[in-house]
Amino acid sequence: MKRRLLDLGFQALALLILLLALGSLAALIADIWRDGASRLSWSFLTGFPSRRAADAGIFHALSGSVFVIVVTAALAVPIGVASAIYLEEYGTRSFFARIIEINITNLAAVPSIIYGLLGLGLFVRAMGMGRSVLAGASTLALLVLPVVILATREALRAVPPSIREGSYALGATKWQTVWFQVLPVALPGILTGMILALSRAIGETAPLISIGALTFVAFAPDSLWSPFTVLPIQIFNWVSRPQVEFQGNAAAGSLVLLALLLTMNAAAIWLRDRYQKKLS
Amino acid sequence: MSKAAIVPPSLAEVAARSGQQQPVGDRPPKIQAERLNFFYAETRALEDISVAIHPNIVTAFIGPSGCGKSTFLRTLNRMNDIIPGTRVEGKVLIDEADIYGPGVDVVALRRRVGMVFQKSNPFPKSIFDNVAYGLRINGMAGSRSELSARVEESLHQAALWDEVKDRLEASALALSGGQQQRLCIARALAVRPDILLMDEPASALDPIATQRIEELVYDLKKTYTIVIVTHNMQQAARVSDYTAFFWLGRLVEYDRTDKMFTNPSEKLTEDYVTGRFG
Repeated sequence: MKRRLLDLGFQALALLILLLALGSLAALIADIWRDGASRLSWSFLTGFPSRRAADAGIFHALSGSVFVIVVTAALAVPIGVASAIYLEEYGTRSFFARIIEINITNLAAVPSIIYGLLGLGLFVRAMGMGRSVLAGASTLALLVLPVVILATREALRAVPPSIREGSYALGATKWQTVWFQVLPVALPGILTGMILALSRAIGETAPLISIGALTFVAFAPDSLWSPFTVLPIQIFNWVSRPQVEFQGNAAAGSLVLLALLLTMNAAAIWLRDRYQKKLS
Repeated sequence: MSKAAIVPPSLAEVAARSGQQQPVGDRPPKIQAERLNFFYAETRALEDISVAIHPNIVTAFIGPSGCGKSTFLRTLNRMNDIIPGTRVEGKVLIDEADIYGPGVDVVALRRRVGMVFQKSNPFPKSIFDNVAYGLRINGMAGSRSELSARVEESLHQAALWDEVKDRLEASALALSGGQQQRLCIARALAVRPDILLMDEPASALDPIATQRIEELVYDLKKTYTIVIVTHNMQQAARVSDYTAFFWLGRLVEYDRTDKMFTNPSEKLTEDYVTGRFG
């Protein structure tokens, strides 16, 4: 009887904690909604910054965020997946590969500001990219690369060895086995890793501020070399204004950021499910 | 009906009655192992195996679990190469060329020496793509029609065509266990190997599916040299012409199947085939 009670008690405790977490999240969203919903409008989405809160829009930051995240994905995903394939399929046993593995695990835990400083030194200054979209995306790509690599390795490891053996036994090379058999099976897992990595990247502020992404730009970026700003920086900028009207803009900006994040995740989950259905 | 009629026949009777053991003739052996040793790290799993396997017959490997029969089978197409930390000493000659010699193309070897695994392992793709995969990666299919013809031929050979001809684009994972295993056989046959290695191909199947696989093995030996690992001694007696008995990594005895089951030379073989241990 005592065991049963303990079991019940634990279940209740877990439920309570879950409700607490969800409750605070809901309160947060409700609060933002109350402050910002009235500011949401088509002109807010398509407008540019202004000294008057009522005229200020967010198009420059929204397009900056989308542009930067697309370039980040284009850089981090191929490099990350390729690195994971090397580590998992080709070099697992070597001493060299083991050193790299330990380092990648550690890199995933490094504070993002450190990546910002690295980006400032490497991309902005040494490589002469300036404070451009490319420099920002490169910095974010470095930041999420460990996450992409670790998730991809997990996904590759979960592919049953019998599939690899079946392919080798037919005279497939390692490359053919990885490309035609292992990667398709691992793809849903890799996509999940991508969602996590890019969701992290889209909310990052510190590394982009440290590479000098502008807090006041009056235009949308039109090339890889344009200066840019992103949603979190714009929100931070509005929050730090003394005028109370700008607080409403910040809340509305947060809603836009949340919507963008949800859209991205939904798209990736849809892709993943579609692929999983195709496999089974 | 007399009482004796329902007593199952002994292994010796099965082996003698099947009468299928073919004369080996004077053709050179298809596969020849010479003082083969195999190591997992420091553990020696095979000890000085020397054996000559003849073309176009079925050779069965029997023995208790862990005796090295599967390990030996996997040295014949170098499947053990993909397990890190393994090492081979000695020679395996296929058509008189050492497959562990310098400059051997392992990928080309595995195309010539097909393999079917204990647990059927169809790729998570369509039935057609499972069979076509080997043809595609080996560049063996010129045109689309040629590819389809080869896929159909292979499915016929594996006695699966009639069951799947209307749903070639369906997922291979939707097939039953026995069908999946025959699909894996079709897949292996598609690339036209000389030798087919079968690692307990029926051990996970029900009796009817097992019987179909055994009939298939009997048909296929006209074209292929077949080596089959089995735990089931009835099966070895039914399908094979020659039998090799492995024990603790050594080859204890290797002879014609009828002799192995009726009049083995070694006491150990006799004890094993009569079920005294194993």
